[in-house]
Formats: sequence, C-alpha cells, structure tokens
Amino acid sequence: MFQIRVHGRGGQGVVTAAEMLSVAAFEEGRHAQAFPSFGSERTGAPVVAFCRISDKEIRSREPVIEPDAVIIQDATLLHQIDIFAGLKPEGFVLLNSQRSLQELGLADLLKGRRPERFCTLPATELGLKHIGRPIPNVPLIAGFAALSGTIRLESVILAINEKFKGKVAKGNIAAAEEAYLLVGQMIQEAAKC
Amino acid sequence: MGFQPVKFYQTGTFTVGNRLLTPDERSLQSDKGRSNSINSGHRACQGCGEALGARYAIDAAVAGSHGQLIAANATGCLEVFSTPYPESSWQLPWIHSLFGNAAAVATGIAAAMKVKGKTSVRVVAQGGDGGTTDIGFGCLSGMFERNDDVLYICYDNQGYMNTGVQRSSATPPAARTATTMTVGKEPGNVFGQGKNVPEIAMAHGIPYVATATVADLRDLEYKVRKAMTVHGARYIHIFVPCPLGWGTASNDTIRMARLAKESGTFPVFEAEYGEVTGVLKIRHQIPVEDYLRPQKRFAHLFGEHPHPETIARLQLLADRNIRKYGLLNGHAAAADEANEHLRELRISEGGN
Amino acid sequence: MLKQIEGSKAVAEAIGLCRPEVICAYPISPQTHIVEALGEMVKSGELTPCEFINVESEFAAMSVAIGASAAGARAYTATASQGLLFMAEAVYNASGLGLPIVMTVANRAIGAPINIWNDHSDSLSQRDSGWMQLFAETNQEAVDLHIQAFRLAEELSMPIMVCMDGFILTHAFERVDIPSQQQVDAYLPPFEPRQVLDPAEPVSIGAMVGPEAFMEVRYLAHAKQMQALELIPQLAAEFKERFNRDSGGLVRTYCIEDAETVIIAMGSVLGTIKDTVDEMRAEGHKIGVLGIISYRPFPLEQVRRALLSCRRFLVLEKSLAVGMGGIVATDVRMAVTGAGLKGYTAIAGLGGRPILKSSLHALFRRAQAEALPPVTFLDLDWDVVNKQLARERTTRRSGPVAENILYDKGIVSAKFG
Repeated sequence: MFQIRVHGRGGQGVVTAAEMLSVAAFEEGRHAQAFPSFGSERTGAPVVAFCRISDKEIRSREPVIEPDAVIIQDATLLHQIDIFAGLKPEGFVLLNSQRSLQELGLADLLKGRRPERFCTLPATELGLKHIGRPIPNVPLIAGFAALSGTIRLESVILAINEKFKGKVAKGNIAAAEEAYLLVGQMIQEAAKC
Repeated sequence: MGFQPVKFYQTGTFTVGNRLLTPDERSLQSDKGRSNSINSGHRACQGCGEALGARYAIDAAVAGSHGQLIAANATGCLEVFSTPYPESSWQLPWIHSLFGNAAAVATGIAAAMKVKGKTSVRVVAQGGDGGTTDIGFGCLSGMFERNDDVLYICYDNQGYMNTGVQRSSATPPAARTATTMTVGKEPGNVFGQGKNVPEIAMAHGIPYVATATVADLRDLEYKVRKAMTVHGARYIHIFVPCPLGWGTASNDTIRMARLAKESGTFPVFEAEYGEVTGVLKIRHQIPVEDYLRPQKRFAHLFGEHPHPETIARLQLLADRNIRKYGLLNGHAAAADEANEHLRELRISEGGN
Repeated sequence: MLKQIEGSKAVAEAIGLCRPEVICAYPISPQTHIVEALGEMVKSGELTPCEFINVESEFAAMSVAIGASAAGARAYTATASQGLLFMAEAVYNASGLGLPIVMTVANRAIGAPINIWNDHSDSLSQRDSGWMQLFAETNQEAVDLHIQAFRLAEELSMPIMVCMDGFILTHAFERVDIPSQQQVDAYLPPFEPRQVLDPAEPVSIGAMVGPEAFMEVRYLAHAKQMQALELIPQLAAEFKERFNRDSGGLVRTYCIEDAETVIIAMGSVLGTIKDTVDEMRAEGHKIGVLGIISYRPFPLEQVRRALLSCRRFLVLEKSLAVGMGGIVATDVRMAVTGAGLKGYTAIAGLGGRPILKSSLHALFRRAQAEALPPVTFLDLDWDVVNKQLARERTTRRSGPVAENILYDKGIVSAKFG
C-alpha cells in the first residue's frame, strides 16, 4: 500500500488533488481511497487530504500517519505545522515552490535520504500559465507521477478529463505534461549529484 | 339515506341562509348539497367558533376543489374534538401529524400530488392560532416563501384553549389567560406584544391573504372559494370566538365575532401579492367596550375596580386598525360587496 | 458500473436509481453533498418525476416527507447530528404513523461543544424512535443498503435510517459498483402504500389514541421490527442473487470461528479493526470481529450465536451513554445474558477523534489479557481531563469546560493526525 498526504490551504484544491490521485490509480485498475481531514469550509485555512493506493481492497479508515509521500501545495505551511511528520525514510516529498529545497532552508531534510525523491515544482506558476488560475494541484499530481512512478501520466490525464471539460481540461493537461517533464528532468539531475 | 331539513330563520342580512336571496346568491351552508366535511357528532364545546369556522371553510374549499381536497391538521382543539379514536368527523382525506408542522405536511402532500400528476387534487392545511402564529410559524413561513400550492387556514381563538386557555402570540392585550393572570400592576396580557400573521403572510408576497370571521358567512365562503381558484401559497385567518376561553355565552359566538369586526378590533380584509385589495367595512361602529364587556377574560377591566385607561388603550388599537385599513367612510354595504364577489366567482367557476 | 466516486455522490446515484418521488433537503454537514447531487439530478431532468424541496429546517424536511409519504409518494431525506435532533419530534411521528420514509444519516457528533466530525451519537439518540437503523461499513455497502432500505421500509410500512459515517464515508473517494436502473427496478417494485390520502377513498390518519388502544399500536410497531429481523436477511440474500454482492443482513462476522476474543463494532471502523485483527492473527492471536449492520431491530439471537464460542468480547463504539457507559454494549450484554462471558466497552472516536490501528493493537491486547476496566475511553488525554477536574476543585468560577480544554491542548489546527 502506498500512502500519500497532501497539504495545502482551503481554496487550493487539496481535496481535489487527493481525489484525482485516487481516480488516476483507479484508472490503472488499482484500489484507491482518498479522503480529506475534514474541517469547516474556510478559504485559506490549512487543509490536509489523504490518498491510499493498493492492489488489494483498502479497509483501513485511519488518517495517513506514516506517508510514503507528502505533497505540499503551499510553502507557507512549512513554518506552521510539522508537515513531514511520520514520513517514511524512503519517502517522497514534492513541494510547490519556485525555489529549491536548499534555498528554502530545508537542506537538513535531505540528510540520510535519497535526494532524487525530494523535489520542488513551480506549480502555482504552471497553473497560472496554462489554466489562468493560481491552482497548483494538477501540476503537483502530475509532478508526483514523475517523482514517484506510482501512477502514470496517462492516468493523471484520464483523471483530468473526468474532472474537467473543454478548455479547462486542455489547460490542465498542458500544465500536467509540463510539470511531469520538469520533475523528470530535476530528478535525473538530482540522481547525478 | 335520511334527509334532515335544515331550518334557517331570517334575523338580519348576514345570517345563515338568506332565504330572501335568489338561490345562486345563497351561502353554501344553506345548500343541502354541501359536503358536510366535518360531520356531526364531534366533541367540540357548545358554541365552538372553531368548529363553525372549520365547517364553513372546509365545505367551501371542498366545493372550490370539486370534492378533490386533502387536509393536513395541526394538533389542537380542532384535531382533538374531530377525531376521538376510533371515530372521525372528517369526510375528506385528513392527516394530523404534529402541532408545529401542518404547513410542511401539506407541502409534502402537494408535492406528492404534483409528482403523481394529480393536478386536480388540492391541499389545505389548518390549525389554531397556537399551531399557526407560534409553534408552526417556521413551517408556515417556509411554505409561504416557497409559494407551495397550499391554502393554510388559521382558526384564531386567541389562545391555547386545548391545553386550558394559555396565552399565545395572538392573545390580545389585557386578556386574562391561565398564563396572563389578572394580578399585579398590569393585569392580563401585556400591551406591545403579539404578532399580526396576516400582515406577515402579506410580506411574503404570496398570491392571496384574507381575514374573515364566523359572523360573516358569505364573506368567509367567498374568500375560501376565491383562494381555491388561485394556485400557490394562500392564507386565510378566521376569527373564531371561544366560549370556554373567553368566558362568553355559547349562544354569543357569532355576536362576539361581529362585535370584534364592528368595533375595528379585528379588521376583515383581503390582499393579493402583498397589497390590500378589499376590506369589509364597519356597518355600525361600536365602541370597543361593547365588545369587551360580555367577555369574562376582560371582566377585570370593569366591575368594582375598573380600568378605563386600559379600555382606552384597546380602543386606540381598534382606531389604528380603522385608519390603517380604511374600515369606515365607505357607504357601500360590505355585504353587497361580498355578494357581488360571490356572483362573479360563480360566473367564473362556470355557474357551479 | 465500477466508479471511483465520492461516497455522497455514490449514495445520491443509488437514491436516484430508487426513483424517489419527493426529496426534502436542508443543508447540514456532512450530508450536504448527497442532497446537492440529488438536487442537480432533479433539476437537470435526469431524475423525473421527482419533487426536490428546499425546506427551511430539518423539522420541516421530515414533516414534508411525512405529508408526501402519507399521500403515497416515495419520500427521502438526509440529515445528521443537530439536524436529526431538530427533527426528532417528526422522526417519532413518521414511525408512529407507519410511513416508509428512507433517510440517510451521515453520522456526526452532537454538540455542545459544536463539532462537525463523525461519531454515532446522533442516530443512536433516536434508538427508540421506532425507525430501523442500518449501518454501512463501506460506501459500497451504503449504496446497497439504500436500495434494500426502500424495499424493507415499504414492505413493512416503517421508516429506515441508513447510517453512514460522516466524512469518513460521505467524503471518501473509493471504488463503488453502481448498479444499473434495470437491476434496481427488478429488485425494488413501485411503492404500494398501505394507507394513502386519497379523495376517492377518504381516510383520517393521525387521530388521538387513548389508553384503550395506545399500547396495542406501540406493540405493533415493535412487532414490525421483529418481522424486520426475518426480512432483512431475506432481502440481503435476494440482493446477493441479483447484484452478486454480500451487502446488508443483520450482522457480519470475520475470523470468529476459533476466536477467543471478539471485537464488536458498527460502521466504517470495522475496516480498520479487520486490518488490525489480520496483523494480530499473523502473530498468532485468536481474535475475531462481529460487525453489527442492523442496530434497530437489534439482532439479539445472531449476536448471541456469534459470541457463544468466544471467551470475551469488546464492544468498540462511537457513542457514549453519559452516566452509564456504552450504548451498543448494553444491547450486546443483553444478547449474551447468562453466557458467562467477559465483556468490555471501549468508547472511541467521539467527535471524529481518529481511531488508529496502533491504539487498537494496544487496546485489543489488553482485552485479550482481560486487563481492561469495564469501560475504557480510547486515547483519552488524561492530562487535560485531570487539569480541568483540578481547576473545578479549586476554583468556583472555573469557566467554560470546552474552552479550558482547548486552551490546555494548545493550537489544534497545527495537528492533523
């Protein structure tokens, strides 16, 4: 079972990101479970959502305590909550930022971990560029597909087409494709050094 | 089936029967073909205004719906006296659910009729002033606001009579009830409280709102039948004296209703989409005191230690009604107006 | 058709397939997504003929459903928590009148303190209302139970709550097989009411009933639920035949054949319990699970049979009978009267407190060792509890309890576990 935790703020599509991840996994014939860490609906409040992916039926309903991956949609949360709590030693981290982990002062996080599993992605900018809105969720899940290899880009595109239609779907697919490429390049570089 | 002849006596222009009128101008109650929606044998008190009002109103509604009527009833006197288990006075499909939900239950029935394509079946909800102005008010307002196809009839006897005469938000100032005792500085119900539900109904902008009393049978019948020609939310507020709760003689019920109207205490009017379109004028204005004096619930205003200042305050309230609704000045006889309306209505109903 | 779909959406689709004729909607979390989806289905014409009514309160929602059902329409509504309490008078009335209304309860805690998260306090508070209550373990089962519920309600002319854990199920995206319209139509015939408001055959419904007949009317409501004990397994079996799925029934057992310790629970927590039990079984523990699907009627006989061969049981419930302990546990103990079993109660997950596998491991081990007190509060923070108790001992004006606890707990928004 692969467990993902998505952090962000109300209005950034955090819950949608987890749901789309689950739909992408479902499209691959796998079992998936996505659920939010429920709260009142307030724009800007910290939000957490979870996704589990497995080849067997998923029965557990507990929140994801020891994630295999953490996706962070809003870097301002880094100073507010313990985002990396329980992250497995081999775990993946994808952070929405224009800056690198080193620039963000998170170099410590890399100690003893595999650098090619940590990545930042300018997802908000990709959202603005392709969709015209600063919504980072779709670029991030496409980036996550590249980073972890847990799901395929084609599945993410299927999930996008299920969620959106017409121009919005097109923009999201373009954003996903660019994000997938960017992350692919970055982890290749990271693996080299 | 046995036929019991009903005798009517001509005692004035407004009484039941009007046998001096041509048959098509007579009241429905004087028609032996009336539906008798509430059959005899119910357990209402002698002289019950609510029983009378409900009989008038529901018979008229049944006629207006060509016999295709379903009624939802709030808890209260009307419900209790009409259905002592296992007997029922109701000759139409009738449901009682709770005290505060008659309007919503009626909404559900109307929705069921709509979804089943039974467009000819009409729905009426009814309750006393407690079930309408107090506990059922939320559901009533919701039904109005959604403009559900329901006629709601409130039988206002100005208090919780079923439970032993307690104050409701329709109890008038100074009146004695079991919870507004005639003790202290301001005996009886206080001034400056209560709510005017017909006006609140009008504020919802619903197609039709009217008030009526059991003293003006043909006006009451006309209003119910007019309401039945309209779809959407409709509200009729009927003034029904309660001999038990008011301490009046059981043979004075109709007189009390007439005195309330003639003193301006209870304005009788109708309104469409929030605008007053007609009033029943006062024929022979009387002082409010004449209305209050026969009622034991106001006895503390008279007697050894009278409260003329309180009577004057009640007169002021009546005067305000008279000004507000223009209840005086008109020389057109209200009965003639009602007659005229009824004639028009019958023509529009195809001479039924 | 297999779909990766939100629980609420899946339930809305299932309700739509049941062809409800009147739907009353009032928003309260976490049931809102269900009625929102149904509203869209009605407005778009996908679900027709159907009247969707936006009422002004839950009390009106149930009242409108009462009117619609009494007039012969298949009526549905959904609610949770405060909403269920707000409609309580009409809830009792619907069952008293014998109206087969189906209502989803997206289980949620009851305030004060106000709390929107999951536990079972709401529907359990209506335990004696005369409504049947079925609890779904998964969203698939929530879908299937709704289809069975209309059938069950209408055959008995009694109302049913289908209970699904708020947020945990209603807001979870997972794989659900949504049946076809043909399948549902074949299983669920059109509504044939036992009583109906019809001008062609006028009846009075809801008369006052005095001491001479009231007990008989109440007994008949009980008799209906006893009939449901027979009918529920039959309907589940027929459901399996048509839909090829095990869903519903009275109880569901898991690994109890040789179990010395049996864990009893209702709703979605059964999944987490089963995972925990699998892990403990792998370590050689003889432990099993009894899931209760039908809370009302309560299947005393089936519960007794499932427990007779174990040595001890632990009822883990998301509800609290304040001043007494467990609510479900009381019924379970009734079922095993005289059987000489050790019984424990664990109150867990109140107000959405996550029920973690790690906590369950520890709890179940203590149950096995018979080292539990009769009533345990899982993962209770005794420090803040004792601090407040001390505050109340020493200060007369100790202030509002909930706010004191929040103060002692620190910033909660920073936690997500």
